[in-house]
Amino acid sequence: MNAMFTTAQWLALSPILIVSATIVGAMIAVAFRRHHWWNATLVAVGLNLALLAATWLVLPLLVDGLPVAWQAPLHALLGPSPLPQFVTPLLVIDSYAAFYMGLVLAAALATATLSYAYMEGHKGNQEEVYLLLALSTLGGLVVVCSRHFAAFFIGLELLSIPLYGMVGYLVRERRSLEASVKYLVLSAVASAFILFGMALIYSQTGTLLFAEIGARAAAVAGAGQTILLVGGGLLLAGIAFKLSLAPFHLWTPDVYEGAPAPVTAYLATASKTAVFALLLRYYVEARGYDHRALIDVLSAIAILSIVIGNVLALLQDNLKRLLAYSSIAHFGYVLVAFIAAGPLAVEAVGVYLLTYVVTTLAAFGVVTMMSSPYRDHDADTLWDYRGLFWRRPYLTAILTVALLSLAGIPLTAGFIGKFYAVAAGVDKNLWLLLAVLVLGSAIGLYYYLRAMVQLYLRAPWVRRYAAPLNWARGTGGIMLLALMLLMLWLGVYPTPFIAVVQAAVLGGQ
Amino acid sequence: MILVWLFVLPFIGGALCWQIERFGRGLPRWVALGTMFVVLALAAELWFIGDYSLTLLGARHVWVEEFQVPWIPRFGISFHLALDGLSLLLVFLTGLLGVMAVACSWREVQRHVGFFHLNLLWNLGGVIGVFLAMDLFLFFFFWEMMLVPMYFLIALWGHNVPGGRGRVYAATKFFIYTQASGLLMLLSILGLVFAHYQASHVITFDYSALLATPMSARLEWWLMLGFFVAFAVKLPVVPFHNWLPDAHSQAPTAGSVDLAGVLLKTAAYGLLRFALPLFPHASREFAPIAMWLGVLGIVYGALLAYAQNDIKRLVAYTSISHMGFVLIGIYAGTETALQGAVINMLAHGISAGALFILCGEIYERLHTRDLREMGGLWSRFPFLPPIALFFALAALGLPGLGNFVGEFLVLIGTFKVDALVTVFAASGMVLAAAYALILVQRAFHGPVRGPDTAMLQDLNGRELATMLTLMAVLVWLGLDPQPALNLSAAPMHAVQTLFQQAAGTAAAAPGMP
Repeated sequence: MNAMFTTAQWLALSPILIVSATIVGAMIAVAFRRHHWWNATLVAVGLNLALLAATWLVLPLLVDGLPVAWQAPLHALLGPSPLPQFVTPLLVIDSYAAFYMGLVLAAALATATLSYAYMEGHKGNQEEVYLLLALSTLGGLVVVCSRHFAAFFIGLELLSIPLYGMVGYLVRERRSLEASVKYLVLSAVASAFILFGMALIYSQTGTLLFAEIGARAAAVAGAGQTILLVGGGLLLAGIAFKLSLAPFHLWTPDVYEGAPAPVTAYLATASKTAVFALLLRYYVEARGYDHRALIDVLSAIAILSIVIGNVLALLQDNLKRLLAYSSIAHFGYVLVAFIAAGPLAVEAVGVYLLTYVVTTLAAFGVVTMMSSPYRDHDADTLWDYRGLFWRRPYLTAILTVALLSLAGIPLTAGFIGKFYAVAAGVDKNLWLLLAVLVLGSAIGLYYYLRAMVQLYLRAPWVRRYAAPLNWARGTGGIMLLALMLLMLWLGVYPTPFIAVVQAAVLGGQ
Repeated sequence: MILVWLFVLPFIGGALCWQIERFGRGLPRWVALGTMFVVLALAAELWFIGDYSLTLLGARHVWVEEFQVPWIPRFGISFHLALDGLSLLLVFLTGLLGVMAVACSWREVQRHVGFFHLNLLWNLGGVIGVFLAMDLFLFFFFWEMMLVPMYFLIALWGHNVPGGRGRVYAATKFFIYTQASGLLMLLSILGLVFAHYQASHVITFDYSALLATPMSARLEWWLMLGFFVAFAVKLPVVPFHNWLPDAHSQAPTAGSVDLAGVLLKTAAYGLLRFALPLFPHASREFAPIAMWLGVLGIVYGALLAYAQNDIKRLVAYTSISHMGFVLIGIYAGTETALQGAVINMLAHGISAGALFILCGEIYERLHTRDLREMGGLWSRFPFLPPIALFFALAALGLPGLGNFVGEFLVLIGTFKVDALVTVFAASGMVLAAAYALILVQRAFHGPVRGPDTAMLQDLNGRELATMLTLMAVLVWLGLDPQPALNLSAAPMHAVQTLFQQAAGTAAAAPGMP
C-alpha cells in the first residue's frame, strides 16, 4: 500500500482534515481557557472553512450551468474539479459526497449558532457542546464519503457517540438525561444490528467494499442468498433506527423533547441527512435495488412511517414532539423518492433533504430562540406559542413559513421537495406509495395548521417570552431570518439549487 | 408585462397594507381599495386594447396577451401567463369583487386591519394568478397558494357561530379538503407530463404543448379524474361540498364574498381550461355522470337552502345549487351551454357576493344571522330590504337579470344533449324561487320579533354605492349580455371544438359507446 496521497487527494480530503484540526484546536482552547465566545467562534470558523473547502470542490462542476460568457474565465480561475477521488479503500470523495458534506456542515454551523444563543444562559460548562458538535460533524463527513463497511461503521459511531453527550448536555435536567440514556441504549442496539448485518453480508461475499458486494452478491446462490437478504434486512433495520423510520421510531419523540432545542435541530438534520445519504450510496453501489424483497421491505417501512408519523402527530400538544413525528413522516416521503431509484431519484432525494434541512433548522431555531436553559424545560408546548404573532411578528413569520414548508405548500421550500418526491414516484408508477403520500400529507395539514393558528390567536393573558425583543440582532436571529429567505427562495426559484443537486452525482464504481 | 402587474400588484399592495398600519389604522383600507381599483382599471384597459374575437388559429391558441420566461428549466417549467377572453372576464370579476370585499369590511374588521388586508389581497392575487397561468406547474402553484390567506381570513377574522364548531375548525376543514384534492391534481399533472415525455421525449408543463398528448384511454380516464376531483371539491360538486357551508358561515363577510364570488369560479375555470381540453375523450365519457352530479347539486343545494335558519348558510347552499348549473353547462359541451356556464359564473359571483354583503350588513345591525330572530325588517329599514329582494330575485332567475341569461343558455344548450337532465335541472329554478322567497319572507315580512322595534340604521353611502354598482352590473348582464358573450365566445368555441372532435373519434373507435 502506498500511503502517499496526491495533491488532488489532499484537496478532496480537506473538509475532513479541517474539521479534525478544528476538534484538536477546540480541545486545546477549552483546556487553555474557558470562554464561551472564543470557543464557539473557533469551532464556527473551523466549520466555515470546511464548508468553504467542500464548496470549492463542487464549484468547477457548476460553471457549465452559468451563462456562456462567464464559463471560460471561471474555468480558468477554478481549474478542473479534483473530484471524484478515491482515498484509500475506505473513502470516496465525489461530488455527491461533497454536496452532502456541505449540507451536514451547514446544518452543523446553524446548530453552533443556535447553541451559542441557547447556551448563553446556561450555568454549567458551555464550551464542550461545540467540541462534541465538531466531533459528530466529523463522523457525518466520514459517513457520506464512505464506500466501505469499515468507514461506514466508524463514521456512524463517530456521528452518534458525541450525540449522547449533546442530548444529555443539561445534566441537571431529568428529561435531558432520560433522553440521553434512551438514545444511547437504542443507538447501541441499532449499531449491533448493523454490525451483525455487515458480518452476514461479509460471510457470503468476502468483501467489505460496497461496489464489490454488489458485484459478488449476484453470484451467490442458494441458501447464501437468504443469508445475504437477512444481512441486508438487519442493516436496514439498524439504519431505520438511526433515521427513526417506523417501526423503529419509538425513541424519537422522547429524545426530541428531552434534548436541548439546538441539539434536536442537529439530530433531526445533519445526523439524519448523513445517514440517508449513506443509505442511498450503499443501495446504488452495492446494488441493493436488485433485491426485490428489500425494496418491498422499504416500501412497507415508508408506508408505515408516513401513516404512523402523521397519525401520532395529530395528538401532540408539544411542538418538539410534533416535529419529531413529522420528521418520521418526512423520511417516509423521502423513502418514496428513494424507492423510485435511478438518476431522478438521487436528485429528488438531494432536493428533498436540502429543503427538509433548511425547514427543520428554521423550525427548531425558533424553538431555540423561545427557550433557554434557565427554565426547567424548553418552550415547547403549543400553549407557549399562543398569540406570538402579535408580539414577535418576524419570529412568528419564520415559524409560519417553516410549518407551511413542512406541510408542502407552494411558495416554500417544502413544496419543491414534495414535488420532486412525487415526480420521482410518478416516473416509476409507484401509485400505492403515492396514494399513501397524498393521504399522509392531507393528515399532516391538520396538525401543521393547528400549530400555526396558535401563533395568531389572541392569548388570554399576557405571557412572558424568553425571546428578547432584540432577538433578531444576534447571530442566531440573523441566521433564522436568512433561513426564512432561503426557504422562500427555494420555493420560488429553485433552479440554482437544482443545478447544485444535479451536479452531485455518485462517482464511485 | 401588464399581466405580471395584474397579479403582482395585489401582493405588493398587501405587503404595503401590513406595514402601513403603523402609520394609521385606517390607511390599509385605502391602500387595499386603491390596489383593487388599479387592478380593475388594468383589466378594463386590457378589454379595450385587445381583440378578443380571434383566439384560436387551427388547433393552437393565440393569446391576446402573453408573458413567458423560463423558470425551472429542469422540468421544462416556465413562468407563462397568458390571457384570452375567458381569463379577462374572470380577472374583471375578481377586481370588481375585490373592491367590494374591501369596501364591505370597512366597518366589520377592526382587529389587525393591516394583516387582514394582506391576506385578502394575497388571496385575490393568487386567484388572478390562477386565471392567467398557462403552465400547469404555475397553475398548481397559484391554486394552492391562494388557500393559505383564505385559511387565515376564516380562522382569524371569522365568527364563532353559536352551536357551530368554531372558525378554526371550519378553516381547517376548508384547507384540508382543497389541499388534499389539490395533491391528487398534482399527481395527475405529473402523470400527464410524464405521459407526454414518453411520447415526445420533451419534458414540459406548458399548457399548449400538453394539449393532445397521446395516451391510453385508461390513463386518460384516471388523470381526468384527478383533475375533476380537485375542481369538484372547490366548485363544489355535491359529494364533496361538505366544507362549504361551514366555511361560509364562519367566514367574515369579505371572506364569503371572496369565496363565493371568486374562489368557486377558479374550479369552473379549471374545468373549462384544463380538465376538458386536456382530456377530451375521458371527459366526453364522463360527461353524463358529471351532468347528473350537477342535477344532484342543484336539487340538493336548493332543498337544503330552504331548510336553513342561518342566512349565510342559506346563501351558501344556494351557491351549491347554482354551481350545479355551471357544471351541467360545462359538461354538456355545446357552445350555447358553455357560454351559459360562463355567464352563470359571472352572475352568480355578483349576486352571491351581494347577498353575502347584505348578510354581513344585517349582522352588523342585528348581531344575529338567525332567520328565526328576524322578521318585519321591511319596516325597520328603508333601503336594505328592497335591495335584498332584488338580489334574491336575481338568485331565483328573474328574466332581465344576469342569472336568468346564464341558466337559460345552459338549459337550452343542454336540451339537445340530454333532455332528461335539462328537465330535472329546470326544476332547480322552481326550487330557487322557493328558497329565495322564503328568505325574503322570513327576514323582512311578518311581525317584528323581539322587544326592539325601533328603526335601524340604514345603509350608508359606501354600502349603497357598492350595492348599486353590483345591481347595475347584474342588470347589464341581464339586458345586454352580448359584450361578455363576445369575450368568451372564442375560448368557448375552442373548448367546444375539442369536445366535439373527441366525440367523433370516440364514436369511430370500435367498442366505444
